[in-house]
Amino acid sequence: MDAFILQVLNGLDKGGAYALIALGLTLVFGTLGVVNFAHGALFMLGAFCAVIVKKVLTLERVELDPTQLTAWGSPVEIRTHYIEEWFGDFGTLLIDFSVPASIFLAIPIMLILGIVMERGLIRHFYKRPHADQILVTFGLAIVIQEIVKAQFGANPIPQATPEMFSGSADIGVLMGFAQNTVVYPWWRIIYLIFAGVILSSVFAFLQFTTFGMVVRAGMADRETVGLLGIDIDRKFTIVFGLAAVVAGVAGVMYTPILAPDYHIGMDFLVLSFVVVVVGGMGSLGGAVAAGFLLGILQSFASMNEVKSLLPGIDQVIIYLIAVVVLLVRPRGLMGRKGVMED
Amino acid sequence: MNWLNINKNDRNLLIGFIVVVLLGPLIMEPIGGGYPDLLQKFAIFGIFAIGFNILFGLTGYLSFGHAAFLGIGSYTAVWSFKLLTMNVIPAIILATLLGGFFALIIGFIALRRSGIYFSILTLAFAQMSYNLAYSVLTPITNGETGLQLRLHDARVVDGLFGVERTAGLPNTELFGLAMSGWNGYYFCGFLAIVGFFISLRIFRSPFGLMLRAVKSNQHRLSYTGLNTRPYTLAAFVISGMYAGLAGGLLAVTDPLAGAERMQWTASGEVVLMTIFGGAGTLLGPVIGSAVIKYFENIFSSFNEGILLNAFSFLPEGLQQAFAWTVGLFVGEGWHLTLGLLFMFIVIFLPGGLMEGATRIKSLFQSSTKGSPPIQKDLPVEKS
Amino acid sequence: MPILTVKNVNKRFGGLQALDNVNLEIEAGTVHAIIGPNGAGKSTLLNCFIGKLIPDTGLVDFDGVSLLGKKPHEINQVGVSRVFQTPEIFGDLSLLENVMIPSFASRDGAFRVNAWSSVENETSIKEQAMALLEDVELADSAQVIACQLSRGDKRRLELAMCLVQQPKLLLLDEPTAGMARADTNNTIDLLKKIASKGITMMIIEHDMHVVFSLAEKISVLAQGTVIAEGLPEEIKGHPKVQEAYLGGAHL
Repeated sequence: MDAFILQVLNGLDKGGAYALIALGLTLVFGTLGVVNFAHGALFMLGAFCAVIVKKVLTLERVELDPTQLTAWGSPVEIRTHYIEEWFGDFGTLLIDFSVPASIFLAIPIMLILGIVMERGLIRHFYKRPHADQILVTFGLAIVIQEIVKAQFGANPIPQATPEMFSGSADIGVLMGFAQNTVVYPWWRIIYLIFAGVILSSVFAFLQFTTFGMVVRAGMADRETVGLLGIDIDRKFTIVFGLAAVVAGVAGVMYTPILAPDYHIGMDFLVLSFVVVVVGGMGSLGGAVAAGFLLGILQSFASMNEVKSLLPGIDQVIIYLIAVVVLLVRPRGLMGRKGVMED
Repeated sequence: MNWLNINKNDRNLLIGFIVVVLLGPLIMEPIGGGYPDLLQKFAIFGIFAIGFNILFGLTGYLSFGHAAFLGIGSYTAVWSFKLLTMNVIPAIILATLLGGFFALIIGFIALRRSGIYFSILTLAFAQMSYNLAYSVLTPITNGETGLQLRLHDARVVDGLFGVERTAGLPNTELFGLAMSGWNGYYFCGFLAIVGFFISLRIFRSPFGLMLRAVKSNQHRLSYTGLNTRPYTLAAFVISGMYAGLAGGLLAVTDPLAGAERMQWTASGEVVLMTIFGGAGTLLGPVIGSAVIKYFENIFSSFNEGILLNAFSFLPEGLQQAFAWTVGLFVGEGWHLTLGLLFMFIVIFLPGGLMEGATRIKSLFQSSTKGSPPIQKDLPVEKS
Repeated sequence: MPILTVKNVNKRFGGLQALDNVNLEIEAGTVHAIIGPNGAGKSTLLNCFIGKLIPDTGLVDFDGVSLLGKKPHEINQVGVSRVFQTPEIFGDLSLLENVMIPSFASRDGAFRVNAWSSVENETSIKEQAMALLEDVELADSAQVIACQLSRGDKRRLELAMCLVQQPKLLLLDEPTAGMARADTNNTIDLLKKIASKGITMMIIEHDMHVVFSLAEKISVLAQGTVIAEGLPEEIKGHPKVQEAYLGGAHL
C-alpha cells in the first residue's frame, strides 16, 4: 500500500508537467485549430528563464586578496555576488529563491513571445492544412532549440531548489505508515500544488469570465462565434499567449526536478501530444486527466516488480496506452465529436 | 526501352538520372563534394526520401516515424553480416524485407486513423522502438554503444564457403568486391536508380493514381468502389521497404547501427528532405536529400578558425563580430540554418524546390508566350 | 421486378423514431423521387442504403443482396453509385483522371496493385472516360484541374464519374442544392438525358420543380414513415401530402 502511494505521488509531479503542457496544446488546438509542434519549445524557454535569472542574480565580482595564498601559491579569489552586496541578506534569499522568482520574469516574456509567435507566424497558418502547421511549427521548434543550444550549450544546467524546500517530507507518517516508507521531496509537493493552482485558475478563467466564455464557445463552434461579430482574432492571440505562459511557468518550476537542456522541450512535447490524444483532442478536462493518469502509470511501470514482469514496459507504457486508446476510443477518453477529425 | 513500359519523357528522365548517378563524382568534384562518403549519403538518403514520398507525397499521410524502419534496416543488415556473411546481398534483401514487415504491422494499426492522429500514432511507434532499442532490446541492439562487427562473429555462410577469416575486422563485400569507397557508392547508386525507377512506375500507374486520389478525396474514393485502407497500407509498406533498404545500405557502407538512427529527429529529417525538394514530385525528394546532405556536409565542417580566416580582410573587431554571427549558422549551428530553411520553404514555397523551379519556368514562359495554359497547380507531374 | 427493396425498416435515435416501418420498392429503369419536409427522415433512409447506418430492424436488399452492414466501397461494387449534396470530386486531379478512377474501380475491383501498367496506356479506360466527359459536355476541359470548375460543372463531373461505372442504381442526394436557376435547369436536362438511357435513379429532393420534372414515381416521407406513394399527378393532389407540407403551398 505504501509503495502504491509512493508511486502515485511520483507520477503526479510528472503528470503535472504533462497536464500543464497538454492544457496549452489543447487550448490552441481547440480555439485556433492549430497543431503546435513548437509548444514544447515554450516549456523549454520557460525553463531557461530560470537559468537566465539565476545567471543574472549570481553575477559576481572577483577580487584577489594578496594577503592570503592558496595551496598553489596564487592569491585567493574572493567572489562577491553583486546582489548580496547591494541587498544584503535579502540578496542571499533572492539567489536562494531564484527559481520561483523567475516566474515574474517568465510571465511577461512568455506572454510577449506567445503573442509575437501567433501574430508573426501561426496566424498565417489557420487556413493551411494540418500537415503544413505541423511542419512549420516543427521548423520553429528546431530554430528555438538551436538558438538556446548556441547560447547555453548542450549540457543540462541544474537549478537548485530553495534551501528550505530541499529536503523531503515523510508524508507516510501522516497517513499512518511506518517512518521513511513514503518519503517525498518538498519541491515536488510544491510543484504539485503549483500545477493545481495554475490549472484551476485557467479553468476558473475560462469558466467565469466573459472572455473565457467566448473562448469556450469558440472551441465548441468556431464558425458561429465568428459570425456573432466577436473579434475572435484578437482573442485567439490572447489564448495563444496564455498557453505560452502556462507552458513557460510549468517549465520554470520544473527546473529543480529535471535540469533543463535544449531538447527538454521536444522530449516533453512528444509525450504531451500523446497525452492530448489520449485525453481527447479539444477536451481541456481530458488533457489534464490524461496528463496525471499517464504520469502515474509511467511511474508504476518503472517499479522493479512491474519491470521484472514485463521488461521494458517503463519505456513504452505511454505510447502503448496511446495506441490502445486511439484504436479503441478513437476520440480519446473525453474527446468530442468533430474535433480535428481529418 | 519499351520493355520498361515508360514513355519518351520518362525514358529521358530515367537516362538523365542514371547519367547523373554515374557521373556523380565528376559533377560534385568542382563544388568540393567529390568523395565517396558524401555521395553514398546522397544515394542512401535519396532512396529513403523517394520511399517516404510514395507515402507522404502521393497519399498525403504524414508519418513521423519512418526512422524506425531505417533503424530496423540497419540492425538487420549488421546482424546479417555478423551471423551469415559479409556479402551485402543477403543483408540488403533482409533489411528491405524486415523494414516492410514492420511497416506492415505498424501500418496496419496506425492507418486505422488519419490526419494528425496518424502522425502521432507513427510517432508513438517510432519512439517505442527507439526506447526499446536503448533498453530491453540491448541484446539485439547493443544499446548505446551500437551494434558492431566482431572478430568472432559466426558468419555461418562465409564459413560454409570457406572464406578466410581476416586478422582485423572484415569488410562488407559483393562477391569479393569491397563495398567501401567508390564501389560502395556505385552499389548504392545502382539501388537508387532501381528505387527511382520503381517510384516512377508507381507514379505513372493506375495504382499511383489511386494513391493520389486518396490524398485528394478519400471519402469520394470509397464511394467510388475502392477500398482505401489496403491502398494506404500498400504505400506505407512500400515506403517502409525503401526505408529498410536505406538503413541496410547505411550499414553496408559502415557496418554499425545505433539507436539514434531511430529517433524522431531522424524521422523529421526525411520529412524535411521530401518537403524541401517537393513532396509529390518524382525528382523532388532526391534533390531535397542531396541538397540537404551537401550543405550539411559543407556547413558543419566550418569552425571558428575557418571563419576568422574567411573574414580576415576585415578590421579585427568586425572580423570577430562577423565570424561570431556566421558561426551561429554553421558548424554546430547547422541545424539552426536547417530549421530556418525549413520554415522558409513551408511558408513561402510549400511545393518545395520543384515548385520554385516550376514558378521560375512559368515566369519565363509567360514573358515570352503570353499567359501560360491552365495547368495543374499541384507539383505532381502529368501522367 | 424491383431492384431495391426496403422492408419494415426502423431506426431509433434515443427518443426519436427516425424511421418508422418504412417500406419502399424501386423498379428497375425508373426515376423514383423521395420527398418530404425537413426532418422527415430522408437522410436517415439514404444513410441506410449506403452503409453509414444500420437500421434497428428491417431489410434493405439490392438486386438480391443485402446492403446492410456493407462498407461504402462494397455497396458501390455491387452497382450503386452515389451523387452527394455538395459535389464530391478529386479536387487536385484533372477531369480526365477524375473519371478514369471510377472506371478503374469497375474494371479492377476494390483493390489492385496495378503498378506495371501506365495510366496513359490504358486506352480503353481513357476512351470511356472521354466519352463520358463528352456526354456531360466537359470534354474540352479534360486536362483542367477539377477544383477550378464551377459548382454546376462539378456536378456534371460527378455525374460522369458515377455513370462511367454503368451503375444499376444511381442515388442522388439533392442534386441541385445550392445551385443557381440556370445551373439547376442544366442539371435537370442532363438528368433527363441520363434517365432516357434507362438508368435507375433514386432522387432525394426538396425542390418540387426538380422532382416533378424528373420523377416517374414519388414516395412521400413524413415523420419517418411513407405517407403516400404514386405517380406525380397522384401525389400532387394527395390530401395527406398537402397536409404534411402545411397546406401544400409548394405544390
